Amino acid sequence: MTATVRIPTPLRSATGGAATVAVDGTTVGEVVRSLDAAHPGVAERILDDNGRVRRFVNVFVDDEDIRFAGGLETAVPDGATVSIIPAVAGG
Amino acid sequence: MFLPVTYVQALQCRECGRRVDVAATHACGFCFGPLEVVYDYDAMRGVVTRERIAAGPPTLWRYADLLPVLDGPADARDAARVDLGAGFTPLVPAPRLGATIGLDDLWIKNDTLNPTGAFKDRVVSVALTAARRLGFDTAACASTGNLAQSVAAHAAASGMRAIVLVPSDLEQAKILATAVYGPTLVAVKGTYDDVNRLCGELADAYGWAFVNVNVRPFYAEGSKTIGFEIAEQLGWRLPDQVVAPMASGAMLVKIEKAFRELINLELVDDRTCRVSGAQASGCSPITAAYKRGGDAILPVRPDTIAKSLAIGDPADGYYALEAVDRSGGVMEDVSDPEIIDGIKLLARTEGIFGETAAGVTIAVLHKLAAQGRIGRGDRTVAVISGTGLKTTDAVAPTVGPTFEITASLDEFQAALSLQEPA
Repeated sequence: MTATVRIPTPLRSATGGAATVAVDGTTVGEVVRSLDAAHPGVAERILDDNGRVRRFVNVFVDDEDIRFAGGLETAVPDGATVSIIPAVAGG
Repeated sequence: MFLPVTYVQALQCRECGRRVDVAATHACGFCFGPLEVVYDYDAMRGVVTRERIAAGPPTLWRYADLLPVLDGPADARDAARVDLGAGFTPLVPAPRLGATIGLDDLWIKNDTLNPTGAFKDRVVSVALTAARRLGFDTAACASTGNLAQSVAAHAAASGMRAIVLVPSDLEQAKILATAVYGPTLVAVKGTYDDVNRLCGELADAYGWAFVNVNVRPFYAEGSKTIGFEIAEQLGWRLPDQVVAPMASGAMLVKIEKAFRELINLELVDDRTCRVSGAQASGCSPITAAYKRGGDAILPVRPDTIAKSLAIGDPADGYYALEAVDRSGGVMEDVSDPEIIDGIKLLARTEGIFGETAAGVTIAVLHKLAAQGRIGRGDRTVAVISGTGLKTTDAVAPTVGPTFEITASLDEFQAALSLQEPA
């Protein structure tokens, strides 16, 4: 089960500059672990000390915000795109 | 001549405290927390005085020392300024509204009187001024409407290109009032949060100044000027209570910050001003977190007529909770019918036609007064952030001509049940 992870600019220093990374995983949590295995140090940027997604990190599986789905347990279908996007505000 | 000095030192992450040099970036490179401008307050002390501020222009730029003016020759700083005259809006007593809802010392901060009719002119003026100093020629934003109009207007006036993205279901008046300035206006089928997410990706990809994304540290500072003005207009004194609307929560956060800066610089006496936040019940992720008593903000899908506040995933929500807690304020939310009543109540008692966000603020103010959470004698300021002329759809079903007649004296007298004039 392969997913494409879209890496935001501030995180690309940890992915050797890559804007997208293909990794294995059936849940968002597994995808993050796979990403960290391929690019050590990425996980601590996305997850806090308690292993939860950081307050200012949004994760989407295709177009679904994982906070509306199952959080780190959200299923990642084969071929899905996982987007990591820093929170932004405005209005 | 009033020349601003730069006291900006760096940008600092509000989450992990890491510092970076001043640049067009909004998120911490390590933990993605929001970056905030750091100033050299020690250098300001004794230099930034009431007199110096009073000698400045009658706009938000009188507080330039406390804004993120970027370094460079003074003439370059002046040339970069993008200024349609935002800020220094009236702070007016509201005795008739106060009498109606049981408050004896009520004031309205009337930000409907900004150049495009909303407080957003403050943040845009500051953001585009910084953007020009940083070398940008294109201004962009995600917006629920007011920001789009303000960016389009300020970009037009400064010769910048404007690219603004809005949810396609916005009030028609906000769409037209933005389009008239000639920006590239992109209506996105989705919520504000969908638009925002797209902009987060665009800001990574193109060299544009997204005022509420990559230029956000500078942009957000503009809202402090509401707090500065309230204090100055009350004779350099903080009120007892302020009630402000919350979308992202940033405006409330910056008002509370402004008060702390003024205390820090000894421009006002050190006294507590309770800052309270108002949301629409149909989009109340911050007040919901407040009422739950936790610090977790759960995003919501907005469903309210208060579209300018319809941010379901408010990134300053955590800091709004902290600011309200620190100042001893509270949070409350109100239904759509209450919002409409609030709009009409403000208009009919004080002659100020605010938008739906104003209805939210007035309805929450009313609720807090009725509950005794704002005391009758408290000097209270309600922040009215935008004009009602852009959200007439909200009141259209319940207001209109009292009578429709032909141009006949008889019909007029009959309609109003008048006697023959003596």
